[in-house]
Amino acid sequence: MSLALIAALPFLGALLPGLMIRGGRDAAAWVTGAVSALALLLLMTHAPAVFRGEIVQTRIDWLPTLGLNVTFFLDGLGFLFAGLILGIGLLIILYARFYLSKDDPMGQFYAYLLLFQGAMVGIVLSDNVLLLLVFWELTSLSSFLLIGYWKHLPEGRQGARMALAVTGMGGLAMIAGMLILGDIVGSYDLTVILQNRAIIQASPLYLPALLLILLGAFTKSAQFPFHFWLPHAMAAPTPVSAYLHSATMVKAGLFLMARLWPVLSGTPEWFYIVATTGLITMLVGAKIALFKDDLKALLAFSTVSHLGLITFLLGLGTRIGAVAAVFHILNHATFKAALFMTAGIVDHSAHTRDIGRLGGLRSLMPVTFTIALIAALSMAGIPPLNGFLSKEMMLEEAAHTVWAGSAWFLPVLATIGALFSAAYSFRYIAHVFLGPKRTDYPHEPHDPGIGLWVAPAFLTVLVVLIGAFPALIAGPLVAITSGAVTGGALPDYTLKLWHGVTPALFMSLIAVVGGAAILALHRPLARLWNITPRPEAKAIFDALVGGLARAALAFTDRLHNGALSRYLAVMALVTTLAGFAAFFSGTHAPGLRVTLPLSPVPVLGWILLMAASLALVVYYHQRLLALVLVGVVGLIVSIGFVYLSAPDLALTQISVEVVSVLLMLLALNFLPRDTARDSPPLRRLRDLVIAGAAGLGTGSLIYAIMTRDFSTISDFHVANALPGAGGHNIVNVIIVDFRAFDTYGEIIVLGIAALVIYALTEALLGGPAGRRLAEWKRAEAVAGDRHPLLLVVVGRLMLPIVLVVGIDLFLRGHNAPGGGFIAGLVVAIALLLQYMASGFAWAEQRRRYNYHGMIGFGILLATLTGLGSWIAGVPFLTSSFGYFRIPPFEKFELATAMILDLGVFLTVVGAVMLALWSLSRLARRTGETLNTEPMDVRLTKPQPEPEGE
Amino acid sequence: MEALVATAVGVMTAVGVFLILRLRTFPVVLGTLLLSYAVNLFLFATGRLYIDRAPIFTEAARAYTDPLPQALVLTAIVISFGMTAVVVLLALGAYLDTGTDRIDLARQDDDEDVT
Repeated sequence: MSLALIAALPFLGALLPGLMIRGGRDAAAWVTGAVSALALLLLMTHAPAVFRGEIVQTRIDWLPTLGLNVTFFLDGLGFLFAGLILGIGLLIILYARFYLSKDDPMGQFYAYLLLFQGAMVGIVLSDNVLLLLVFWELTSLSSFLLIGYWKHLPEGRQGARMALAVTGMGGLAMIAGMLILGDIVGSYDLTVILQNRAIIQASPLYLPALLLILLGAFTKSAQFPFHFWLPHAMAAPTPVSAYLHSATMVKAGLFLMARLWPVLSGTPEWFYIVATTGLITMLVGAKIALFKDDLKALLAFSTVSHLGLITFLLGLGTRIGAVAAVFHILNHATFKAALFMTAGIVDHSAHTRDIGRLGGLRSLMPVTFTIALIAALSMAGIPPLNGFLSKEMMLEEAAHTVWAGSAWFLPVLATIGALFSAAYSFRYIAHVFLGPKRTDYPHEPHDPGIGLWVAPAFLTVLVVLIGAFPALIAGPLVAITSGAVTGGALPDYTLKLWHGVTPALFMSLIAVVGGAAILALHRPLARLWNITPRPEAKAIFDALVGGLARAALAFTDRLHNGALSRYLAVMALVTTLAGFAAFFSGTHAPGLRVTLPLSPVPVLGWILLMAASLALVVYYHQRLLALVLVGVVGLIVSIGFVYLSAPDLALTQISVEVVSVLLMLLALNFLPRDTARDSPPLRRLRDLVIAGAAGLGTGSLIYAIMTRDFSTISDFHVANALPGAGGHNIVNVIIVDFRAFDTYGEIIVLGIAALVIYALTEALLGGPAGRRLAEWKRAEAVAGDRHPLLLVVVGRLMLPIVLVVGIDLFLRGHNAPGGGFIAGLVVAIALLLQYMASGFAWAEQRRRYNYHGMIGFGILLATLTGLGSWIAGVPFLTSSFGYFRIPPFEKFELATAMILDLGVFLTVVGAVMLALWSLSRLARRTGETLNTEPMDVRLTKPQPEPEGE
Repeated sequence: MEALVATAVGVMTAVGVFLILRLRTFPVVLGTLLLSYAVNLFLFATGRLYIDRAPIFTEAARAYTDPLPQALVLTAIVISFGMTAVVVLLALGAYLDTGTDRIDLARQDDDEDVT
């Protein structure tokens, strides 16, 4: 459990800085630091086990059928990386506290930082590759937030987008590669995958998997030709750069290559792809770094170069190469994080990062100078610092590795890489700190407070200590990590400064001397560099992305041209064709089920339904007639339900019918009187063909279904309705008991629909529609009578009767046709009638209950019924029932399902009435006035007249 | 009897589809209404047709029709009402807001938003 907790802590902790920032910036920094420190502490509790060579595992089954489980494991490699991520994370948190200005939202910064930290820790601790991929994508997303942290800077936003596009694309490729890998092995657990080297390398899918995974690793670790995103990510605040580009984000690709090293490495493909890419990246990065004038750009390209170096070492595929790679990962993290922080300090203090405007800072910023000097010399590979040790190992390996039959190719290129590396490191010292003091700094530089320099100082102490006592300080860590990478016995090696007179020593010497020479010649070389044309990666990237976006836009515009009728036609056509294709491509048994005999009454109904439906095709543009025709169809369908043994459906259908027609009548008030016919004949023909095909398909399908026998799962419901749920009406029992959870969801949907209507009305009244309504010309003059006397009288007389009917329908629902849905609709109709008969204003004035509240109360009641089952220790919405007798009444039944049904009832009434009330608000905007009398008809007068407006 | 129900479902579907392909809001609303009748009847008919076998326990009844499709359709009818109401309001709102009851966006060739 504790491993999962280490990965989860930063995510949980990410909630805290945003809260604690109210207590000040220190509080936010403290809480963030505490979260990281706690995670680091938890990690350290596993240190003894890891150093004993054990593998710590945590397993939580998540979706075992998909092979997706939350499994974590910790070995040497994971330990080194998690330690770096959390340890350097702590230093960054401290540094950022003093680096960020008062105007920067610090709570946000720390929240993003913790999210990123959690994602990184997740990557290095994941055992399941699918889980690893989730964390991998999370690092892309959270680094996007960090890089784009200064939202007001266009470079920040563009850099963040570029980083996300490149690493996200690589991540997608990697998902495919990892899935292939898991498929080859038959397990998605890394611990299993790592033991199947032979199977993986023998598989024909080895190369595709390798290429896809490397694409992910190379993009993340900024390997050539994907190196261009990293320098643009430098628009981030320096703490972010120091964190992402020393120990974390860009090392994720290296981590992955190291993690999969046991199963992927050792083949010629691996060697030539990985080692060559690494070498090219090392050279390209180092060369560009040499000529960059922005401190952070220099460091960014030096990072690219060093990542190339590590990739090269991993690519060699030798055990000693892996040891050197691990050692350099550790060393690079220490000196590069320190260097980034010094660059930030210089920027903070002198208000510029332009090397051309700096120089002579040695005496002005002695502390920063000391830190930068040690870290840069380590980067240059000067003994006795840690950078020297791992670089020597790299040169030694390059010296006796043959590349495509050539023994000198790798040593020469590696030496040139080291030479450039020495040159830019020297330049970082010479052109920034050495030289004469200047008078034109944008801001007078001085050493910062201890808060800013203590973190890099700590790292330089490590640089020196590891350099001086490598075997003592780093030896055990390198040993367990290398053991984890190579997955077996370690080669014979010693971490020490003096290896005797070896080829590597000469190569180092050449690199240092050559580096110094290049520094001396820097001015003419830079001039040459500046006049040499070279491809600008950002321009190419922007053009590519712009082109893609335009192509996508053009495609979408073509496809999605705003013509709803076209989408619907395509949808109907495709669905119909798919149905036909499925039908004709399969085989079918003949339909032998005995059909019901015909009788005259159903045939009569059928004729009515057919006539009404077909008449709609011709008369749909006459709104009122069309509505009547739809009403006829609905009525026949209801009667059909009664005839075909579905009384509950018939009751529901007929009451819904009434409500729908009423609603549409009200809405018609505001719609154009006639529907214009503007489809050309050809289009009508096309639509008729599509519609005909759809109808033919649906009709034939249901006929085919009805003429074949089937087996049902309903026997259970029929058998258990009475003994299990105490209800005679099986349909109602299914609704409120067996499938109560469905019903619960459905009333929520209904409530939402009503709220949507309410919100729409609200928006309409505030917009141009509101003004249009206010100028509406009312049609009463045409109607003659505002509220017909007969309707008013009948409506009011009916109200109590219908309410009683509603209550009866509700109460008997469990045992006879009825129930909450039907009762709710019936009661709603009675209320609707009052609105229709006496006017919106009159009915509105008499409304006692809030419809929103009714919906809410209904759903709440249903929820409480469900929760009540939990208290009784049974699953959500399980009902219970009993029979009671209160004299003088007969014995009656009470079931908890009735409370749910009451919730249904209230929701239905509330939803229907809220929809209507919303319409009535539109109507009132047109200026409807309130009646002054109970009825706007004066019965005392012989000649009733409409109330004056 | 089965043929009657099947043809009714077929014709209601066809008319519904034809109506939703019209260019004005009102026929589209009617079309969705008709389609929901057709779909509900379709679902109900998957339980096969029986006469006088309502799924309600009585002394006299011997056999019952399949109650499950009925339960599903019952809630479906109510939900279709909710949908119809939303569509009606949408149609109304679009008309009041824009002054036209067309469902297709007018082509804007001259003022395309180019980024």
